[in-house]
Amino acid sequence: MFSNEQLERYSRHIILKEVGVKGQKKLLEGKVLIIGAGGLGAPVAMYLAAAGVGTIGIVDADEVDLSNLQRQVIHTTSDVGKAKVQSAKETMEAINPDVKVITYREFVDSTNILDLIKDYDFIIDGTDNFPTKFLINDACVMAKKPFSHAGIIRFRGQLMTYVPGQGPCYRCVFKNPPPKDAVPTCKQAGVIGAMGGVIGSLQAMEAVKYLIGKGDLLTGKLLTYDALKMEFHTVKLPQHVKDCPICGENPTITELIDYEQAECDMK
Amino acid sequence: MADFNVTEKVDITDVVCPITFVKAKAVIEELETGDILEILLNDGEPVQNVPRSLKDEGHKILKLDDNGNGTYTLYVEKGEE
Repeated sequence: MFSNEQLERYSRHIILKEVGVKGQKKLLEGKVLIIGAGGLGAPVAMYLAAAGVGTIGIVDADEVDLSNLQRQVIHTTSDVGKAKVQSAKETMEAINPDVKVITYREFVDSTNILDLIKDYDFIIDGTDNFPTKFLINDACVMAKKPFSHAGIIRFRGQLMTYVPGQGPCYRCVFKNPPPKDAVPTCKQAGVIGAMGGVIGSLQAMEAVKYLIGKGDLLTGKLLTYDALKMEFHTVKLPQHVKDCPICGENPTITELIDYEQAECDMK
Repeated sequence: MADFNVTEKVDITDVVCPITFVKAKAVIEELETGDILEILLNDGEPVQNVPRSLKDEGHKILKLDDNGNGTYTLYVEKGEE
């Protein structure tokens, strides 16, 4: 049973017919892993902590840099130089002491990802590079974990949700990573700070809906946002790509792949 | 006083709006359809809002008794999930 304090903290959720006490309990019992404590990961981590998602894992090997603060709202000026996962944990615990935050200060690769995701109900891809995006997809398909993909650059963002058996995976849509240096990263191209807020908040919304089991998820669809034109589009995706090398009928990818990173992305 | 076969009771006089409704909702969600909840609530905002909110959620308001001391006792039958 909830304490009066918890009833008050989560009152705006509990009042909602779709959430109620039962939905709030599901959130408190929920476990979400956020890969990347950056532009996307920051709003996801803050909203999920505020929502009372009981266990939140956060993975990032980097330290807070002054150039991060324009968009990574979970970190403050005094956090510069601190491990991002530590800075994120402090903010999340300050928002909501009900939440257990587990930090992983490491790079995600083929050797650790399956172990990282195995205890979580839902995974958030808050990364900024294609090799890791494909790795997260392949690992989630193999481990049958739902995840939210998102990407942001300049004034644009996109996201889609993968749920095993309920639509295409990221690789069904984007077969392979683009050639190295063919697509600029945020670092080279820039990104408007609020873009992480828009798209990351939508990822947090998908995680919440998945945990409470209400509404329609962004499965089988890709949502794109163009801030300059102020247009959202939902593109319908093929329901299932039979010859997808990872989730198709005869998968040719049976081991995880560490694609090479563009050099400018490495520190 | 209890003209009904009350399944559960809750006192929401220790909290203010909108937590009054939230506290009542937290208890009624755990009950089965047809069960009866007895709610002790304060005059004023709670007595104006809580019965209406419960009705909006599909529950049946059975009776509201004025206890004459600034509190009311509300009997609600849980509706379909």
